[in-house]
Amino acid sequence: MSDFIKLTNVTKTYTRGKESISIFDKLTLSIPKGDFVAIMGPSGSGKTTLLNLLGGTDRCDSGEIVFDGEHIEGYSEGQLAAWRARNVGFIFQFYNLMPVLTAAQNVELPLMLTSLTSLPSQKRKDNVATALKIVDLSDRAGHKPKELSGGQQQRVAIARAIVSDPKFLLCDEPTGDLDRATANDILKTLQQLNRELGKTIIMVTHDPEAARFATRTLHLDKGQFVEVTS
Amino acid sequence: MTDFDLVWKNLFRRPLRTGLLIVSIFIAFLIFGLLVSVNVALERSSNSGTASNRLVVANKINFTQPMPIAYVNQVATIKGVTAVTHFSWFGAYYQDQTKSRFVGFAVDPATYTAIYSDQIKLGPGQREAFIKTRDGVIVGKALAEKYGWRLGQVIPISSNIYIKPDGGRALDMRVVGIFSGAKPDDPTTALYFNYEYLNESRTFGRDQIGTIGVVTASPDLNDAVAKAIDARFANSPYETATVDEKTFQRAFLKQAGDLNFIITMVVAAAFAAILMIVGTTLVSAVRERTKEIGVMKTLGFPGPRVLRMVLGESILLSGLGGGLGLGVAALMLKGLSKSAMGASFGDLSMDLSVALVGIVLALLLGLVTGLIPALSALRMNIIDALGRR
Repeated sequence: MSDFIKLTNVTKTYTRGKESISIFDKLTLSIPKGDFVAIMGPSGSGKTTLLNLLGGTDRCDSGEIVFDGEHIEGYSEGQLAAWRARNVGFIFQFYNLMPVLTAAQNVELPLMLTSLTSLPSQKRKDNVATALKIVDLSDRAGHKPKELSGGQQQRVAIARAIVSDPKFLLCDEPTGDLDRATANDILKTLQQLNRELGKTIIMVTHDPEAARFATRTLHLDKGQFVEVTS
Repeated sequence: MTDFDLVWKNLFRRPLRTGLLIVSIFIAFLIFGLLVSVNVALERSSNSGTASNRLVVANKINFTQPMPIAYVNQVATIKGVTAVTHFSWFGAYYQDQTKSRFVGFAVDPATYTAIYSDQIKLGPGQREAFIKTRDGVIVGKALAEKYGWRLGQVIPISSNIYIKPDGGRALDMRVVGIFSGAKPDDPTTALYFNYEYLNESRTFGRDQIGTIGVVTASPDLNDAVAKAIDARFANSPYETATVDEKTFQRAFLKQAGDLNFIITMVVAAAFAAILMIVGTTLVSAVRERTKEIGVMKTLGFPGPRVLRMVLGESILLSGLGGGLGLGVAALMLKGLSKSAMGASFGDLSMDLSVALVGIVLALLLGLVTGLIPALSALRMNIIDALGRR
């Protein structure tokens, strides 16, 4: 299977005051299309930084980051924003929904970006309805986040992540704030998106139970992959 | 959903805070609308009905102080003077001193209506009737309509200055003329009656007058004539100050002091306070939304678009407050125009230029107060905003 996501010799260093902290030193990673990868590792291992680089919200110091043949390491802020809108669906640990918007309006947000802004109003509504249906929340479309449970909010976040049909999903501890049963529901939904819709999913987690839903798990420690389990 | 929907929802996420901000902006623009409009009305009023070859002679101490009526004939003899009249403030009101005050002068009917014929347009025969009728009064069209006065009607006009020997304040006056102004929108909220009628009935100030109106042969002679008049009465118990009509009217209307300065200071203070209040509130409002802005940027909203949205909020906020303030000020001015106070100013309605300046100020206020939070939203780093390091 060809590489859908490829990181080659990626170096990333943070500077805090006078101190430089090396996160990655020539990190290399390949993820094929349609993969569901869990990334695990202790705190400070570089999981979040890796997710930031993969999501185009941070830039590497050197090396190459290629998505579906597109090099993004040299992109400007504006180019990265447009690239994210086209290609990435984000799911956060604490859902990060807009409290002033209803579930449907939160899901509609990505459709306000890129070429999707030209979609007719009815088509946008249809896309939102479809995304909410996939996560089984059609009956909660008009509710605001504070009127929804944690699990429901995370499902709204998943619907927001998939509504623009992105090429891959980045999940940062998507079940970290949920009880076991709700977490399993969310993970099943992600698994379904991977299996039935072919979405490539990269999920950072501390939870081995959650990692079991992925097709493989990469263990990261001190900026290097130390183990791969399938 | 559009960007405007997002701006609107974010603006009203805390309705009480937004409401209070709108109220404070509303108050600032209400003050602006009212004070600046009054100032414009003063300007308009002092410019209307003035002639370039007319002078006004008043007591040097203050125009509220009297002069002997004998001055009128003396002024008439000064070289360059072609006509003279006199007029005295009566402090007129009808029935209720607090609610129905208006401009009223005791004048010499023949000379006054001749000199100010450009401002007092009477119907056929009415000037002659005014000259002949000892208790005759001519009233402005707007004033007559307000109180329903008709020609031939006898009306009791009281004074808040003069008292009759019987202790009464009202003089019965017969309406012998109803005048209009030179232009349809000129104020016609005054009345004029015979000075002799006042002089014979008052208990003090007999044979004294308030001001003298002078017509010169040419505007070029104004300065020389004014100097000559003041020189004639120098070192007398009633020294005079002679100015052109426009200057006198402005001074008369600005008895409260330098209104321009006061208005500028009050409006500036109101805007400075609003700038601080709205500016700091918007900064903290955007700061508490740091994470949401980080999420929007993560989803792909470009920085400049986020900047526009934050600026949109501040402009919408000041637009709502400013628009409401200007609107209510316009309504209040309309009401004030019909009141006793408004009668002194003529047309108080809000000038289009005041409304336009107000709208521009509202936009500027929105831009200035929104600039700092908008720039901070533009520069906000996603990783810092979401605490993802």
